[in-house]
Amino acid sequence: MAKAILFDSTKCTACRGCQVACKQWNNLEADETVNTGTYENPPDLSPRTWLKMRFNEVEDDGKLAWLFTRRACMHCTEAGCVKVCPTGAVYHHEEGFVAYNKDICSGCGYCVDACPFDVPRMVGSSLTGKKKMEKCVFCADRVTNDQKPACVKTCPTGALVYGDRNEMIGLAEQRVDKLAGQGVDAQLYGKDELNGLHVMYVLAHSPKDYKLPVNPEVSPSVTLWQDILKIMGYAAVGAVAGGLLLNYMVARARMVKEKEGK
Amino acid sequence: MTNHWVDIRNADRILIIGSNAAENHPISFKWVTAAMEKGAKLINVDPRFTRTSSKADIYAPLRSGTDITFVGGMVRWVLNDMQQSTPAERAQKYNLTYLTQYTNAALIISSDYEGPDGSAHPGLFSGFTATPPEKAGRLGTYAKGTWNYASGTHPASDPAVVNNTWTAWSDLDPKCVLRLLWEHYSRYTPEKVQEITGCPQDKFLEVSQTYAASGETGKAGTIMYAMGTTQHSYGTQNIRAYAILQTLLANMGIAGGGINALRGTSNVQGSTDMGLLYHLLPGYLVVPVHTDQGISDYLKRARGVRSRVKPQGLAGDNSLSWWWNINLKAPEDPTDDYTYDLKSNWAKYTVSLLKAWYGTNAIADNGFGFNYLPKTTVGTDYSHIAVFEAMAAGIVKAAMVWGQNMAVGGPNAEGERTALEKLDWLMVVDLFETETAAFWKRPDADPATIDTEVFLLPAAGSYEKQGSISNSGRWAQWRYRAIPPIGEARPDLDIADELMLKLKELYEGDEAAPYREAITNLAWGYRSTEHPDEADPNLVAREINGYKSETGEILTSFITDLKSDGTTACGNWLFCGMFDAEGNNKAKKRDPVDSSLNQIGLYSNWSWCWPVNRRIIYNRASVDLDGNPFDNERPLVTWDAENKKWLGDVIDGGGNPINLAAGGAKNLPFIMNREGVARLWGTTLAEGPVPEAYEPWESPLSENLLTGVTADLDGSPKGKPGFNDPCCYVGDLNGMNQRGAPDEFPCVGTTYRVTEHWQAGQMTRNHPWLNELQPQPFAEIGEELADDIGVKSGDRVNVITARGSIEVVAVVTKRFQRMTIGDREIDHVGVPWHWGYMGLSKGLSPNGSSGNILTPHVGDANTTIPEYKTFLCRIEKA
Repeated sequence: MAKAILFDSTKCTACRGCQVACKQWNNLEADETVNTGTYENPPDLSPRTWLKMRFNEVEDDGKLAWLFTRRACMHCTEAGCVKVCPTGAVYHHEEGFVAYNKDICSGCGYCVDACPFDVPRMVGSSLTGKKKMEKCVFCADRVTNDQKPACVKTCPTGALVYGDRNEMIGLAEQRVDKLAGQGVDAQLYGKDELNGLHVMYVLAHSPKDYKLPVNPEVSPSVTLWQDILKIMGYAAVGAVAGGLLLNYMVARARMVKEKEGK
Repeated sequence: MTNHWVDIRNADRILIIGSNAAENHPISFKWVTAAMEKGAKLINVDPRFTRTSSKADIYAPLRSGTDITFVGGMVRWVLNDMQQSTPAERAQKYNLTYLTQYTNAALIISSDYEGPDGSAHPGLFSGFTATPPEKAGRLGTYAKGTWNYASGTHPASDPAVVNNTWTAWSDLDPKCVLRLLWEHYSRYTPEKVQEITGCPQDKFLEVSQTYAASGETGKAGTIMYAMGTTQHSYGTQNIRAYAILQTLLANMGIAGGGINALRGTSNVQGSTDMGLLYHLLPGYLVVPVHTDQGISDYLKRARGVRSRVKPQGLAGDNSLSWWWNINLKAPEDPTDDYTYDLKSNWAKYTVSLLKAWYGTNAIADNGFGFNYLPKTTVGTDYSHIAVFEAMAAGIVKAAMVWGQNMAVGGPNAEGERTALEKLDWLMVVDLFETETAAFWKRPDADPATIDTEVFLLPAAGSYEKQGSISNSGRWAQWRYRAIPPIGEARPDLDIADELMLKLKELYEGDEAAPYREAITNLAWGYRSTEHPDEADPNLVAREINGYKSETGEILTSFITDLKSDGTTACGNWLFCGMFDAEGNNKAKKRDPVDSSLNQIGLYSNWSWCWPVNRRIIYNRASVDLDGNPFDNERPLVTWDAENKKWLGDVIDGGGNPINLAAGGAKNLPFIMNREGVARLWGTTLAEGPVPEAYEPWESPLSENLLTGVTADLDGSPKGKPGFNDPCCYVGDLNGMNQRGAPDEFPCVGTTYRVTEHWQAGQMTRNHPWLNELQPQPFAEIGEELADDIGVKSGDRVNVITARGSIEVVAVVTKRFQRMTIGDREIDHVGVPWHWGYMGLSKGLSPNGSSGNILTPHVGDANTTIPEYKTFLCRIEKA
């Protein structure tokens, strides 16, 4: 049964308990940061920061809003990273989220380019020179043991909830209706995007105001590569292999015939 | 809080003012969110658009320090609406049974009363005497006689109010409370509110109308407030303004209502309950003064006038008058006050406390050891600010600082750091080496010139020790040790215990030591046979609950069990009954079942709260004269006529409902007041029976726009009564408490906190994950101000006041808007005050960029809480 996290931005107070809970559960070290003139920190996702909150001040008809967005792996159904991964280190778990087997990551970095949300981050070992990818893993160790993801567990206002994806969609649509009744232009982000995200958002403004891509899609070059060129490549390789085999068979037959003819 | 955390979800209207609850009490927002899910409206009033504002239905800006004007304007809105309505409409929109029967709205005040609205003394009430301090002290005092009821013992009531027959204000007695309230607040028009607070009129009216809807019977409005309310030179009057509004709207004593202080630390409620404040003994008894020659003097003074106050013309006629309930009739022997006073609850609690402390050494013949208690000197102030004034003057020679870091958290931080240099010795108990412990080697100091010997004792953290914590809702929740303390760290209880045992040993060995019996005669035994090497908090809890002196039998009720004859010992009467008869501590209970009427979330079996596990105090005001709940959806208590008992929450004061008293007393709901009714008009506070709008000590204005009194900075350098709060405390700190003028310091400065850091930062600024979120000190300023000074987000800036300067990072934001106040444009500068010169995350300037380098040594008129929230500053690119 597919699972999902629902983030209701209208209930989030950006306490960032989620950001710290993720660090604590996954044993991630703190980044060294400075104040660049905002509450937002670290400035970007990193190998040590799988989840961060974004802050955006937006003026709407003279009314000020301070919008808080969660930023982490969106666990897409049509996942660019899964498509490109040569080793299968990133893959879809049966519950729908994008799981990650760090041991078999080859460090190629293809997933970084393939992600429409710019999430995966590479980190190199100074000792071995080997690189590995880092991203939110949906607290796979927790959710496969009947626990909620750490971020969801710690959220004080219920802005984060977790459960069956259909149930989450139901809750979200109820909430969107209620907000619409109060005159808020609310929407559910992630229901159908990329064939469905496993981290969905209730938004009270356009995705743009939350710094989310509108109509996110896997980059056409990835599609081109994975769905067309790669196939064509395999086909080409197959054709070459087939051609070589045919050649061998024909040449062998001719050799045999010649030997027999003498 | 009068109510409690979970109860917030019962509100229809939530006003968060003087608080940024989403920021600093993030878990509390769960209940606000729950209320809003059920349709409640959230209103937030703040100089800055905060995390809380981002969730509010209505956000209204106001200049820091103008709450009284704003809320006074709301009071005026309600009163005006009451008067403009016909009596029938009035009864529909408001709970008039509550207003006329449970408050002093109808009662008549002395004919000698003169308000600040008159011309005789603008901005001041009758009875004022100015006392401009030479060094540190109050600006003035009041003789409050003229503020009282015309009849001190039998206040008359105006039948027009009681019977709701009035239409014009002139229909009411000229000295009737309701009319006086109108005359006082009629000046607080929407235009005035806009002029003084900067809040646009239409926004202010939207707030007033939306919030006033909670006045309808069956509707509830709650006010959540915190340091933004209290940390002003008139902070107590700020709260008073909310109380008046809530009382008019019948929101006191009901589910979803109340005046709810969001306490600033996890156990500050416990600390005030246990009497850690300078003016209190445990249980809010007053501290002895030097003129109390013995316990009889003390009781007489605490009692004051010996009389009941019986309001006339109301259905109810009796107040349990809980502290001094013995004043039912004239004493048998008019010359023997002491015997008579011993019958009071106050005496029972005091004597039981003395028995807890002095055991068998507290006997009737020695006044139960009363003279062993230290006494304060009448006329001397012992508040935090006053202690530091005394330290600066060389009077206080030594200090024990437990879990407090005033070098960062105290007002006028450089002044207080400098005062510490005068100490002979200093003991600091904390988890880390704090700015206070390291004051002598701070970047701005020269250790060679400082003779203070500093002892730093490592303290255990909250997970490393057992004990109870009292939350804002008065719930005492017991906690257990999860892991032992690391290194040499010890729980505070153990440190205090060992200290006292050592002191006892020293005093016992020295016959010549002064007042040694105060120490040697203490009954001090907090070690169990199971753990003889450490103090046992369970034994302390048991003593706080109380037991029979002879037998040790556990006491279970302060109502029936506590005596003033020395047979009972009780460390804090409020907590008598926390234990059950079998000796189980109810603070340990964790029953998550909500068995309250209509599931209003009392959770009476989760932890234990005072008094007597009553979850919402003044709950008697939630029912009508027959004992039926005003609100059938959220019934707090209800009278079961068949079984003749109250159902629901623990009823406030026993006895039948007023109309069913049948010959017994007709008990009024506000049992702690002598007159039994809520005080729209009161005489308890220092600077007025009702709040009046004053300017902060450092104000951007040259004239108080309400009272017309001028600032007169040259003529009244310490402050001008009527422009400023006439009774506030103004410090000196050996000349380090300089006062700034608007021409040099044109911005309104304010300090506040962020979610990511905690108080003076000694714990959180040593935590990498938290420092990652908020790594450096900053100042928030609006875009217009930033443009004016050529600063963009991320630039370094200096924020400067007459007391000091700090370097911080500028955060330019839309959330501070330039305001028009009177005839000038005002900008705010907001500074989180967490930073210092110690820890992994330090400030940018040598003084640690502590926000309190900027704040003044000025305190509230009633509590001397420092005016941290509003002062004058300027800001420049660094």
